[in-house]
Order: sequence, then structure tokens, then C-alpha cells
Amino acid sequence: MKMPDNATPILEGKNFEITISRLCYQLIEVHGNFENTILIGLQPRGIYLCEALKEALLSLTGIKVKEGKIDPTFYRDDFNRRESPLIPSATEMSHQIEGKNIVIIDDVLYTGRTIRAGMDALLDYGRPATVQLLTLVDRNYSRQVPIQPDYRGIIVDTRAQMRVKVEWQAAGHPENKVWLYSENK
Amino acid sequence: MSKGLSVEHLLGIKYLNVDDIELIFQTAIEFKQVINRPIKKVPSLRDITIANVFFENSTRTRISFELAEKRLGADVINFSSSGSSVSKGETLLDTVNNLLAMKVDMVVMRHPSAGAAHFLSKHIQANIINAGDGTHEHPTQALLDTYSILEQFGNVQGLNVAIIGDILHSRVALSNIFCLIKMGANVKVCGPATLIPRNIEQLGVSVSNSIDETLQWCDVANILRIQLERQEGAYFPSLREYAIHFGVNAERLDKLSKQITIMHPGPINRGVEITSDVADSHNSIILDQVENGVAVRMAILYLLSAGKSSND
Repeated sequence: MKMPDNATPILEGKNFEITISRLCYQLIEVHGNFENTILIGLQPRGIYLCEALKEALLSLTGIKVKEGKIDPTFYRDDFNRRESPLIPSATEMSHQIEGKNIVIIDDVLYTGRTIRAGMDALLDYGRPATVQLLTLVDRNYSRQVPIQPDYRGIIVDTRAQMRVKVEWQAAGHPENKVWLYSENK
Repeated sequence: MSKGLSVEHLLGIKYLNVDDIELIFQTAIEFKQVINRPIKKVPSLRDITIANVFFENSTRTRISFELAEKRLGADVINFSSSGSSVSKGETLLDTVNNLLAMKVDMVVMRHPSAGAAHFLSKHIQANIINAGDGTHEHPTQALLDTYSILEQFGNVQGLNVAIIGDILHSRVALSNIFCLIKMGANVKVCGPATLIPRNIEQLGVSVSNSIDETLQWCDVANILRIQLERQEGAYFPSLREYAIHFGVNAERLDKLSKQITIMHPGPINRGVEITSDVADSHNSIILDQVENGVAVRMAILYLLSAGKSSND
């Protein structure tokens, strides 16, 4: 997708890297050697952030953190209110989550409904000891359910017609970048 | 925004395009993962009510649909014509309209008349899924068969698939032919000349009356049941003679220069179209077909139900 003319980058380059590193140090503070921790990326876009954090943690600590991917599509509450179906992405849950400390990872936290669906999907795999939430972008004042992140990259105050988009090199974009733009309707 | 199916009802494979079939398979992969984990249920269709209306006997298809519906969290009503008001003379339309008055969103129907599902879709505000209409189509069976082939071989394009047995009375055969050809397989039908419809070549299949030649040609043999209940005349002298000339047995398979995959939509007449040792052999994916049936039906129900309550 091409960005609209009014799009402004709000996180890029060196700052992007700094934010990722800070999130890693915050995770290390809480999770130590990550022995009992699994990072779970939410499909479709949370998996890139999850992968980036995993790589950064590996180079910072030498620890290979366990990870999984979960697709909240089948658990969404707006499925039947859409004209066309939401196409699911792959779920990969190769680790037992029973008794583990889970960090759910998504790129943008907005209404909180996707995270709610993701938690329901996660809990169908077992009973983790704790569940935390990490997001790269927290869209302030937009929540429709009581969900807040435990770790956040940046906070942006946005109006409803604004959109936040995260581009990842791993997804074929020239560089890692967060854009803010408004919908032209 | 993601694109859904091009159809509102699943009446037959005829009406689907390749993108639809691929979307169903792609979604079924995720549902197969769901039904193999400790909690086998997702709440996607929790505000949907589905009626399974069966005017003809069925074990596998009805149970498979019911399980698929329940795994998606839908409310399910089961109706079979025996023991219902149909035996008091109620018409199909009245029966189904009464069900809809009770706020049913989707109807899964099996009926002995070809075109029954089509008729219903023209008169009723609900998604109709054809679970078999007479000798016409049985689309979900064809989709699960093709999905099982895809799972086994990684692709369908260019594979040689033989459909063996009673082609004339088989809705499974017709739907399978449509589906396999759309997905790029080469299809050959094989059976006694009396059980192969005239001009079936026009559908793009080849015809053989030799079981040994067909087995040597194919990568996959989908063996159909002899449908005695639909046969009014004498199409072959006896079941024993059919078994001798067209039955798939270990001796026939051992003569081949390769291994082939064995499929059967069920119910099996053991010792007639297929012997027990072949049906239970490691080349048989008959029980995988049953498992995949639930995942494929979940995918179809899920994809068709989108936009049900879009006006609230």
C-alpha cells in the first residue's frame, strides 16, 4: 500500500532502534533470563515486532527467547458485522503455555478489541502464570475495552479518522518506520 | 479489506471459482489446527443459528456438519424428514420457512431431488449449503476430497485422479470432477459402461472400462460406493461380478509399478468396490478424509456467514 500524501513518519531510523532496545531492556528487567517466558506475536502484524524483539534480545543477552504466533481472527467480536470475512493467518503455538509468563505483542494498540480476542485465543491453549502486553504504538484515549499495555514504545494522541501504520523491513518495506496519516473519505 | 467468497450459498462446485476454492482450503488449514488442539472450539459463529435439514439418510455428512457447527460455537437445530411433519404432507418450502421463522441464519440441506438446494436459495433469506441433492452435487464432499489430496501431495495441479465405480448415480463423482478439473488435475472415470453417463467426456474427463489400466494411470484412486438404493434397473449382473471386474483389491494394487493413494467417501461396502485390506492399508487416506471433512466444513460455514448482521 502506498502512503497517502498527508502521511508523517512518527518513528524511524535511529529512534526506531532506540525504542526497540528500550523495550528489550524493560523486558529483561522483568523477565530476567526468559527461562519461563514466551513472546507471542499477534497475527498478522504483531509477528514482525515479535521477531524484531527476539533478534534484539539475542544480540543483547545471547538468549534465544521462545516465541509463538497467534491469530485472533476466529475470536473477534466484529466478525459478523463485516461485509466480507476476515481471512485467518497461521497460528504457531509449539510451546506449552501452562504456567508460563506470556508477553502478547502487537504493533498498534487502538480500541483494545484485537488484544481481547488475542487473549481469548491464547487462553484456549492453557492457563499461563501471567499475561502481559507489549505494543510499539499506543493510541491514547481510543480504548473501547479496559486493556492497557505493560510495555509501550511510543504514545500518540489521535483522532478516530487518523490511522497509524507500522512498516517493517522484514515485510518488504525499505526501512522500519511508523506513519501517522488521516483517512481521505 | 479481505475479499470473501464470490457466492452467498454453496449450491455446487459449478458455481465456485478457483479463488473461492483456494480460500476455502487456506481457511480449512487453520481450522484443522484448531480441531487438533486441547480446546477444539472457537467462538466465531456464536450468534449464528444453523438448521441441518436432512430429507435423506446420512451419518458422516450430518455428524461432520454438526460437529463443524458446534466447534464454531453456532446454535444447531437438527431436522430429519422421518418423524417430522414432512410425512404429514408439508412442502419443502413450508418446512424450511417454518424453521426460518424461528430465526435460523443458515440451512444445511440434503434432499433426494436434484436442484432442491437451488430452489430453496431462490425463495429463502438464509445461506444455503447443499449437503447433497439427488444425483446432482455434493460440494462439501468434493472440497474435502480435494483438500485431502492437496494435503497428501502438496498440490493438485497435474495429478492423475481416477474416480472409480457408479458414476451415473453419484453426486460425489460430479462434484469431484468439477472441483478437480478447476484445480488442474487430470481426471479419469472408470466403471461398467452402464454406470458411466453418456458424453461425460464433455466435462473434460477421460473414460476407461478397465480397472487395471486406470489404477496404473492414476496417482489417486477415489473409489465410490455402488448406490443400490438409487439403481432402478439392472446395471450389472451381480455384486460379486462387480467385485471381480471393478473391485479394488490388494492383488490388483500389487501388480502396479507404483504406490497409489486410496480414497473412498464412505460408507464402504467392504468386499464389493474395495476390499478391507486395501481400505485399511497405509495407502488409504479414508479416515483423513473424515477428519478433513470437519475442517473444510468449518471453513465453508465461517466464510459464508460473514456479513450476517451487517445492518446492526
